[in-house]
Amino acid sequence: MFADSSLLSLVIWTPIFGGVLVLLASKDEQAGAARWISLFFSVLTLLMTIPLYTGFDTTTHQMQFVEQVPWIATYNINYHLGIDGISMPLILLTAFTTVLVVIAGWEVIKHKTAQYMSAFLIMNGLMIGVFSALDAILFYVFWEAMLIPMFLIIGIWGGVNRVYATIKFFLYTFLGSVFMLIALIYMFTQSSSFGILDFHGLKLGITEQIYIFLAFLIAFAVKVPMWPVHTWLPDAHVEAPTGGSVILAAIMLKMGTYGFVRFSMPIAPDASNQLDWLMITLSLIAVVYIAFVALVQKDMKKLIAYSSISHMGFVTLGFFIVYTIAESTNSLSGAAMGIEGALVQMISHGFISGAMFLCVGVMYDRLHSRQISDYGGVVNTMPVFAAFMVFFAMANAGLPGTSGFVGEFMIILSAFKANFWIAFLAATTLIFGAAYTLWMVKRVIFGEVANEGVAALKDLNNREFFVLGVLALAVLLLGIWPAPLLEVMSVTVENLVQQITQTKL
Amino acid sequence: MSDSMEQIYLAIVLAPLFGAIIAGLFGKQIGRAGAHWVTNIGVAISFILSIVVFKHIVIDAAPSFNGTVYTWLVSEGIRFEIGFLVDRLTAIMLLVVTFVSLMVHIYTIGYMHDDPGYQRFFCYISLFTFSMLMLVMANNFMQLFFGWEAVGLVSYLLIGFWYKKETAIYANLKAFLVNRVGDFGFLLGIAAILMYFNSLDYAEVFQAAPTMTQLTMEIIPGSAWSVMTVICILLFIGAMGKSAQVPLHVWLPDSMEGPTPISALIHAATMVTAGIFMVARMSPMFELSETALSVVLVIGAITALFMGLLGIVQNDIKRVVAYSTLSQLGYMTVALGASAYAAGIFHLMTHAAFKALLFLGAGSVIIAMHHEQDITKMGGLKKYLPVTYWCMLIGSLALIGFPGFSGFFSKDAIIEAVHASTIPGAGFAYLCVLLGVFVTAFYSFRMFFLVFHTKERMDEHTRSHLHEPAKIVILPLIALAIPSVVAGYYIYPLLFGGYFGDAIVVSQQHDTLAKLGESYTGIFGFMAHGLLALPFWLAMAGLLSAWYLYEKRPDIPGMIKSRAAVIYNILIRKYGFDEFNDFFFAGGARGLGRLFWNIGDVKLIDGLIVNGTAKSVGWFSARIRHLQTGYLYHYAFAMIIGLVVLVVFFVNDL
Repeated sequence: MFADSSLLSLVIWTPIFGGVLVLLASKDEQAGAARWISLFFSVLTLLMTIPLYTGFDTTTHQMQFVEQVPWIATYNINYHLGIDGISMPLILLTAFTTVLVVIAGWEVIKHKTAQYMSAFLIMNGLMIGVFSALDAILFYVFWEAMLIPMFLIIGIWGGVNRVYATIKFFLYTFLGSVFMLIALIYMFTQSSSFGILDFHGLKLGITEQIYIFLAFLIAFAVKVPMWPVHTWLPDAHVEAPTGGSVILAAIMLKMGTYGFVRFSMPIAPDASNQLDWLMITLSLIAVVYIAFVALVQKDMKKLIAYSSISHMGFVTLGFFIVYTIAESTNSLSGAAMGIEGALVQMISHGFISGAMFLCVGVMYDRLHSRQISDYGGVVNTMPVFAAFMVFFAMANAGLPGTSGFVGEFMIILSAFKANFWIAFLAATTLIFGAAYTLWMVKRVIFGEVANEGVAALKDLNNREFFVLGVLALAVLLLGIWPAPLLEVMSVTVENLVQQITQTKL
Repeated sequence: MSDSMEQIYLAIVLAPLFGAIIAGLFGKQIGRAGAHWVTNIGVAISFILSIVVFKHIVIDAAPSFNGTVYTWLVSEGIRFEIGFLVDRLTAIMLLVVTFVSLMVHIYTIGYMHDDPGYQRFFCYISLFTFSMLMLVMANNFMQLFFGWEAVGLVSYLLIGFWYKKETAIYANLKAFLVNRVGDFGFLLGIAAILMYFNSLDYAEVFQAAPTMTQLTMEIIPGSAWSVMTVICILLFIGAMGKSAQVPLHVWLPDSMEGPTPISALIHAATMVTAGIFMVARMSPMFELSETALSVVLVIGAITALFMGLLGIVQNDIKRVVAYSTLSQLGYMTVALGASAYAAGIFHLMTHAAFKALLFLGAGSVIIAMHHEQDITKMGGLKKYLPVTYWCMLIGSLALIGFPGFSGFFSKDAIIEAVHASTIPGAGFAYLCVLLGVFVTAFYSFRMFFLVFHTKERMDEHTRSHLHEPAKIVILPLIALAIPSVVAGYYIYPLLFGGYFGDAIVVSQQHDTLAKLGESYTGIFGFMAHGLLALPFWLAMAGLLSAWYLYEKRPDIPGMIKSRAAVIYNILIRKYGFDEFNDFFFAGGARGLGRLFWNIGDVKLIDGLIVNGTAKSVGWFSARIRHLQTGYLYHYAFAMIIGLVVLVVFFVNDL
C-alpha cells in the first residue's frame, strides 16, 4: 500500500535540506533571512505531514506510506520507512512543535541565529526519521544523529553550566544506545536482517529475550527518562535554551517510550511479561517519588522537568500493566485502553510540557531568572500571560477538558483492572500533580508584585501570544474531543496487544 | 417534540458558556455593561428554559430524556460520551442552579460595581454555571467527573479572584488540593465501576447494579470486600471533598476569602451540594450497600453537629454562615445515609434559597459596613438596613427551621427520617442532628443579634455612611426571600408524593420517608406536629439563649469564654484540623520531597553514582597515566614481559 509514495522521505529530508540551506545565511546580520527560511521549511514540513493524516488508513495495522530501498546490501540493511497508528501522530507532533520552536526563537536568539534554526530543522527531519524508520540500522543512525544538534543547541545557546549538562546528556544517552546496538547486531546474527518487523517475528528463547530486553531498557529508560537514570534531564533542561527544552520535553522523551512499543515489547514479549513488575515499579516511583521531588524545586525549569518525568512514568505504566491485567482478569480487556492512554499521554505531554517550558521562557527572556523566588504577582503586570500559564498549569495537573486528563484517565481506569494499589498510587498524581504545579503558580503568578523586576514586566507580544494560543487550542481540542486521535491508534494498538501477549517460546 | 427538547437542553448549557466566552475573551471590547448583559442574559435564558424543562418533565410528566451529544472517545469498544440525562431529579436541580445563579448574576452587578476585574468575574460565574449544569445533566460518570472538576476549577479561580490577597491565594490552593483528595477517591470509584460494569453510562450501570451485590474484591489480600461497598465509599470520598464533609471540610471556611456573591452561589447554594446530588443520583447503588450508607450517615452526622459548634465562636460574618453551610451539608448527608434521598434533595433546595439569601444579605451588610466583616464591630444595623434586616430574619428563621419557613419542613423531614432509620449509626446520627438544631439556632441568632440589634459598635465614620445598598443588590434578596418561605410547602409532592419516580431508588427496608408519609396529614398537620416535637423546642431554646446572652446580658459570653477556656480554644482552633494538615500533610510532603531530592537525587544518584563514576574514571586514568612515562626502555620492558607471558601461555596450551 502506498509503496510508490515517497512522502515520508520528503517529510524527513525537506527540513534537513532546509537546515543546510539556512546556513547560507549564517552571518548575524542575515538573521532575518535565516528566520524566514526556517519558518518556510518548518511550515512546509508540517503541511507535508497533513497527507500522512488524511491519507491514513485507520482500518489496518499494516505499515503505511512504506518505502524500501536497499542501502548496504551486504548486511541486508535497507532504507526502509513506514508508519502505523503509533508513529503517525508522533510525526505530526514533531513537525508541529518545530514550527512553534522556530517562531518562539524568532527574536530571542540574537547570535548565530542561522545555526540555531538550522539545528532545529535538521533535528526535525532526524526525529521524524526515528519515528518512521523500519530498519534497525536506519533507526539507529537517526537516533544517534539526532543527539548532535541537541548537543550543540544546549552547548552553544545554553546557560552558564551548559558544559556539564551537555556532557551528562550526551554520555547518558550515548551509553544507553550502545547496548541497544549490541542487541540489534545480535538479532541480525539470528535473523540475517535488520528489519524491525523481522525482529518482531523472530523466535527467541527466554534468556535471549531477557538480555535483549535489558539492553533496550538501558537505552530507552535513559531517554524517557525513568528513575534512577533520570538526573540528566533536569540539568539538560535548566541549561538548554527554551527551544531546546521544548523539543527535548515534547519529542525526545517520547522516543524512549516509543522504543518500548516498537522494539522491547514486540521483540521480547516473554521477557516483558517476566520483568513487568520491574517496569511497573519504576513507573510508579516516577509517578510518586518524582512528584515529591518536583514539589520542592526552586527552579521553575527543574520543577517542570521533574513533572515531565512523573508524567512519563504514566506512559510506561500504561504499557506494562498489560501483563498484570491479563493475569488478574484472565482477559485482555483493559489492556488496549492502557496502551492507548499511554500514547495519548505522549502526545498530550508534548503539548503541555512544551507550553510550560515556553511559559518559563517568556519570563526568562524578560527577567533572566528561572528561580521561583525571583517572581511573584506576575499577573499584575502580565495578565494575558498569566491566563495562559494558569491554563497550562491546570492541564499539567490533568484537569478534565484538557489533554492532560485523557491519558491519565485511561491509564488509571486500566490500571484498576490490573491491581487496586497500582491504580491507587497512580491516581495520587491527581493530588501531587496539582500540588507542585499550582503551588508554583501561586508563588510565581499570584500575589502582590514582588519586586521591581516584576513591576517592569511587559505582557506577551503577538508572537508569543500566537505560539501559546496555538498550543492552548491544541490542549483544549484534544481534551474535549480526543476521539479522532484514538481512532487513528485503535487498530494498531489492538494488533500490538495481540503481538506483545503472544509468547515466543 | 423531543427534537426541540434536545435543543433546549443544549441551549441551557450553552447559553452561559457563550456568555462566559464573550465576557472572558472580549471583556475589554464589550466593556463592563456588555459583560454583565451578555452573561446575565445567558443565565436568564437557561433559567427560563429550565422552567420549560420542569414543565415538560414534571408537570406534563414526559418520560425522562437520556441521549448522547457526542462521543468523546471510543476505546476497546467502550464509548465515553458526553450526553444528557434529564429526569425529575435533573429538572429540579436545573431550577435551583439557574435560579440562584441568575440572582447572583444580578446581585453581582451591584456588588462588584467598582471592582477592576468586573468582566473577569462575570466570565467566571457564567463558566461556573455552565460547569454545574454539565454536572447535573450528565448521563454518565465521566461527564459527571468533568463537571465535578470544572466547578472545582472555577471555584479555585473565584476564591483567588482577588489574587493580591495572600489569604485568598492560600485559600484557593487549599480548596483545590483538598478537593483533589476527594476526586482521587472519586476517580478510583469510576475506575471500579468501569472494571465491574464495563460501562460508565448511568442507565446501564444502575440496571446491572442489583446483580452485583454478591461480588467481592480483595483490596488487601485475604479479605473479601463487597464490590458495591467499595465503589460507593470511593464515590462518597469524592462527595466528601466537594460537599465539605469531615475531614475534607477544611477548605470551605477559607473559601470565604472570595467575593461574597460566589460564596452564595458556589460555596453555599450549588457547587457544595454537588456531592449530595451525586449520592442521590447514585441511589440505586448506595441502596445496595448498608455499610456505605452507614458511613455516609455517620460522616454526615459528625459534620452536622461539630461544624455547627464552630459557628458559635466565629466573629467573621461570612465565616459564621460558612460553618452553618458545613453543618447544613451535614444534615443533607445524614438524609442520604438514612436513605431519605428525597429529603436530602429537598433540604438542598430550600437551603439553596435561604443560604444564598443569608450570604447575599451578609454581603449587603458588608458593603454597608465598608468591607468590615467582624460582627463584634457591628450592632444596631436594623434601623439603617431595614430591607436587609427583614431578609436576613427570614433567612435565619428558615435556617433554624422555624415552623412555616422552608427549612422547617426539610430539616424536620430529615430528623424524622433519621429517627426512623435502622441503618447502623442511626442512633448516633439522630442525637447529632437533634443537638445540631439547638446549635444552629444559637449561632444563627447570635450573629443576627450582634449584627442588627445590640448597641452600635462601629466607628463614627462608618456609622455616618450606613445606608441600604443599591436596588440591584436588594432585588435578588427579596427574590430569594420568597422561596425561603414558601419552598417548604412542596414537601408533600417531593417527599411523599413519589415526585422523583424512578430517578431515586430506595429499597423497601430502608424507606424511611414512606414511613413518615403514612402519618403525613397535610402541611398544617405537619406543622402542628412540629410544634410539639423536640426539634422545635430545641430551636427555640437556641434562639432564646442567643437573645439572652448577646442582647440581654452581653457580659455573660465573656465570662463563659474565660471559664471554659479549654473548650473555647478547641473551637477557635477548629479542632486542630488545619494545624494537623499543615504540619502533617503539607509539611510532611515538603519534608519528604526535600529528603528524596537531597538524599536520593543529589547525593545518591548524582553524587555517588553519576559523578562518582566520572570521578573514579578520572582517578583511575590519573593512575593509569603514570604507565605512559614516555621512556623507551619502559615500553621495551613491558613488551618483553608481554612476550614472555604470551609464550608461556601458548606453550602451556599446546
